[in-house]
Amino acid sequence: MEAIGTLLVANRGEIARRVFRTCRDLGIGTVAVFSDADAGAPHVRDAARAVRLPGAAPAQTYLRGDLIVEAAVAAGADAIHPGYGFLSENAAFARAVRDAGLTWVGPPPEAIEAMGSKVAAKKLMADAGVPVLPELDPDAVTEDDLPILVKAAAGGGGRGMRVVGTLAGLPDAVAGAAREAQSAFGDPTVFCEPLLGAARHIEVQVLADRHGTVWALGERECSIQRRHQKIVEEAPSAAVGPELRARLCAAAVEAARAIGYVGAGTVEFLLAPDGRFFFLEVNTRLQVEHPVTECVHGVDLVRLQIEVAEGARLAPRPPEPRGHAIEVRLYAEDPTQDWRPSSGALHTFEVPGVDARFAVPASYGLRLDSGVESGGEVGIHYDPMLAKVIAWAPTRAAAARRLAAALRDARVHGLTTNRELLVRILTEPCFLAGETDTAYLDRHPPFNRGTGQVPACAGATADLTAPLADGDAVRLSALAAALADADANRKAATVLGGLPSGWRNVPSQPQRKSYQGADGEIEVAYRFTRDGLVAEGHSGVACLAAGPVVTLEADGVRRDFAVRRVGDAVYVDSDLGPVALRALPRFTDPSVRIAPGSLVAPMPGTVVRVEVERGAAVTAGQALVVLEAMKMEHRIAAPSAGVVTELNVSAGQQVEAGAVLAVITEENHQ
Amino acid sequence: MSALTSTLDPHDPEYRRRRESMLAKLAELDAEHAKALAGGGDKYVERHRRRGKLLARERIELLVDPDAPFLELSPLAAWGSDFPVGASVVTGIGVVEGVECMIVANDPTVRGGSSNPWTVKKSFRASDIALENRLPVINLVESGGADLPTQKEIFIPGGRMFRDLTRLSAAGIPTIALVFGNSTAGGAYIPGMCDHVVMVKERAKVFLGGPPLVKMATGEESDDEELGGAEMHARTSGLADYMAVDEADALRLGRQIVARLNHRRLGPAPGPVTEPRYDAEELAGIVPEDLKVPFDPREVIARIVDGSQFDEFKPLYGTSLVTGWARLHGYPIGILANAQGVLFSAEAQKAAQFIQLANQADTPLLFLHNTTGYMVGKEYEQGGIIKHGALMINAVANSRVPHISIMMGASYGAGNYGMCGRAYDPRFLFTWPSAKSAVMGPQQLAGVLSIVARAAAEARAAAEARGQAYDEDADRAMREMVEAQIEAESLPFFLSGRLYDDGVIDPRDTRTVLGLCLSVIHNAPVRGADGFGVFRM
Repeated sequence: MEAIGTLLVANRGEIARRVFRTCRDLGIGTVAVFSDADAGAPHVRDAARAVRLPGAAPAQTYLRGDLIVEAAVAAGADAIHPGYGFLSENAAFARAVRDAGLTWVGPPPEAIEAMGSKVAAKKLMADAGVPVLPELDPDAVTEDDLPILVKAAAGGGGRGMRVVGTLAGLPDAVAGAAREAQSAFGDPTVFCEPLLGAARHIEVQVLADRHGTVWALGERECSIQRRHQKIVEEAPSAAVGPELRARLCAAAVEAARAIGYVGAGTVEFLLAPDGRFFFLEVNTRLQVEHPVTECVHGVDLVRLQIEVAEGARLAPRPPEPRGHAIEVRLYAEDPTQDWRPSSGALHTFEVPGVDARFAVPASYGLRLDSGVESGGEVGIHYDPMLAKVIAWAPTRAAAARRLAAALRDARVHGLTTNRELLVRILTEPCFLAGETDTAYLDRHPPFNRGTGQVPACAGATADLTAPLADGDAVRLSALAAALADADANRKAATVLGGLPSGWRNVPSQPQRKSYQGADGEIEVAYRFTRDGLVAEGHSGVACLAAGPVVTLEADGVRRDFAVRRVGDAVYVDSDLGPVALRALPRFTDPSVRIAPGSLVAPMPGTVVRVEVERGAAVTAGQALVVLEAMKMEHRIAAPSAGVVTELNVSAGQQVEAGAVLAVITEENHQ
Repeated sequence: MSALTSTLDPHDPEYRRRRESMLAKLAELDAEHAKALAGGGDKYVERHRRRGKLLARERIELLVDPDAPFLELSPLAAWGSDFPVGASVVTGIGVVEGVECMIVANDPTVRGGSSNPWTVKKSFRASDIALENRLPVINLVESGGADLPTQKEIFIPGGRMFRDLTRLSAAGIPTIALVFGNSTAGGAYIPGMCDHVVMVKERAKVFLGGPPLVKMATGEESDDEELGGAEMHARTSGLADYMAVDEADALRLGRQIVARLNHRRLGPAPGPVTEPRYDAEELAGIVPEDLKVPFDPREVIARIVDGSQFDEFKPLYGTSLVTGWARLHGYPIGILANAQGVLFSAEAQKAAQFIQLANQADTPLLFLHNTTGYMVGKEYEQGGIIKHGALMINAVANSRVPHISIMMGASYGAGNYGMCGRAYDPRFLFTWPSAKSAVMGPQQLAGVLSIVARAAAEARAAAEARGQAYDEDADRAMREMVEAQIEAESLPFFLSGRLYDDGVIDPRDTRTVLGLCLSVIHNAPVRGADGFGVFRM
């Protein structure tokens, strides 16, 4: 037994916090590393000690194995846990950790290496008798092979992955995937394999000790993905019965044994509708979605990882599963804008009814693993995942209902998130019927635009990205926002603050406030009379309380609206759904009015390419500027035909959100 | 401190009757206010809007801080005159960037916003309030100048308008003009005399003489823009400090100017505020319709002062006048309130002492009127009612702490003076719809005239040695006519129309109005008198 005294987590965000939680439970000291961008991050505060990694980009910080080993030595750590992503599947780093005399909480470097190349891994597994999909040579792909998937040989997380539907698209897809793979994993190698239409993504959690015991902790289904990134994960899978589970687990154990695996790992399979399954890859690390397995099996996988690293023996058999767990990944991204990541201040992050954080609830309940807190910042350098929310319940339906409610009632302010999409999925008939596969989103509106697919079950939701708050809810929320603003104005008043709000001895007109909603401007006109609130277009709505929480009674139904204002942003949460508004100023300084036709940067980023010149005539939709932010490229296109009358940026330039990049003047306006 | 206990019973049928009577009067008040709000009527309002312009009150609403209160002053000015109710100008106190300001806005829908004699009086009243209470003045200018047919009432006294502006400035009180349209001839001196001037591009027109007048005077050809456009004044003459691109921009600039005034309130800050223990709604059911029936003013005080806390001074002496100390929206005040209508010697002496105490303590005074005047009769005259009344009037007239008067019911005779009527320059004077004010009650006045006429007739008959009977029918007709005339002339709308108050208010708003006025008052220092006139003993 080489007992670990102090452990450094070579990672950030929720996974670092999650590992620290287990360390605290075990009495192990904790060391965080942090980039400059993360200096104030929760994971740094969670650790007893923290070491700075100068810089912000991953390549300067969390990918610098040498600095991290130095940090561990300097901070007196005797072990390193890599989390997931970053250096977690970097065999050289694992070796460096061991060479420095530290305990590596992960699989042997050899196993990482064996699985590091997906191409080599498939071959190894095929040799071990695990079913695999054939590999296609990009140069030899024919029409019959389509559609195919181009994948980066290294890495995962959906990066460097492309679906190819036409031969003509293949070269671009290969080049694009290779570029992304190079940028993300430092290795441009890509390969192709057939794309199984309605396959499910099924994976088996394995855990092996150094003494020959290999556990298979059942399967997880992670079929619902966007851009090959999982967003809903659950255990067990609705599509896996006892017999299939036994075969999957056997194959997973086989795979682990084939590479002499030690520690926690995941063997990923594609499950075809006919019940055949194919090996995809082994992830030689803890998975993002490990909490669902922890809940169902009642284990602490990080604790087991640490114990295995310390040389402990696993029990001969894993604990029996109980109930059903579903995890969703709450991302700061906009599903309606091609999943564009959102960065900036996260003013509020509150999930109600959480039973456990980074741990399995004592009984069934809600688990939250979050890397962020209210008042935090989501930067442009790292993955925009805010948190994982996990519901564990006796049945799948119960878990889905609990999770949907938690997400619906969560208060998330400042960033656009996929929260409402997740709620829509969790309450959607196909999902509830267990009809999930990797093309789930491609079949559901609005993501089926262009795919020609339709939902397989009756009563499917018309638009998975539709806001939970409908038009009436938005109008009522805007009224609540106005009343909360009025209350705040009165409280902040330096004179006459104690007088009734908006009092007039000769009333001539209501108070007016305007807000920008997602679907346009909303004007609220209201007045407090001796008989209470009178608001235009809201007859029968009474205001029972106005403050940070506004209580309105509409049609005899009383409802609370929690209003948070940050600058000109106003967030209204109620059971009608979250509504984000922007308070419009009463006046605009003429010198700061933006010229019509101005194209502004949607988020902070770097200008990668400028595709036009000043004075050029452009057509509607023509790309003008390409911006890179959060590892993704964003095209800024002309909204209408016209002439580029202003061009304010050049390649390589850093721009802030809202910066005017170019101005297009429509032809007839010249 | 002692809290008042109300004995008002909202279930009492008398209460309900009083309330119904008050609500009926309030409905009439709303109807009169509606006339002021209608401005020049639909046709001119429409035309104004079509020109892309905001109405006077819309300009004000955009100028003042969102959700802050606004007290419109003299809304019934010109009531009962030949001119429209409101007198083609809106004046009031609003909060701009946290500063209480006097806002004076021409209503261009009423005869082009031209000034009539009542406009001038209303504007003067606004200037007085601004000067006494050190309120920055914001003029929202769009006026066609003087109403020429009534120029004789305007031209000579009207010069005060410009004098007041520069005197305010000299007193360190900022003056601002936001020019939205015409401001020509004499009107050009409004921006001319202001500390800060904003003009709206392509709208403001500020010149002494327009193109026809210039052509007549010198033969020069010119246009409006050259003579007085915002561009010209902003770039060439320098009369405009800022040029606004539109009306909203002018209001934005006006707010920006106020934000930079570095305004300081010179009076003490208010203390914490507690709401009264009794419902203000019940103020509508206190004053009897027949003012001959007295009411207890403590029922009013209990509904307007902080926590209904009222420490009564000399409660056992001169009980027809209630005096005492309280706080209102955190400001300390002394209150004088008539309880039984008549003021006797004891009440007058009590008032004189109380007013002196308030001056010693720099405490503002609130007068709640319901008086029929000083007592008459042999006993009282011989007891020195005149000299005692004089004590009270001396104390009120020379008191230097701010006064506010509320006309709740009657305010007759010298009682009006002793209780700080309009002539005694209270900082503010507001009227409830139930109030009446005159030299005496209409019936009494008619009766007195009748007695005097009868005595004269009898003397004449005796002198001419005729036994002719007094014409009783003629006397009755005379009394009825006089009574009706005096009644009409003692009513709130009539008096408010003549600027004898600052507005008729809903009794239920009294606490709010007083709170606002007290806050306004405290922009200036609050100090009592150093000396009084000789108190005759």
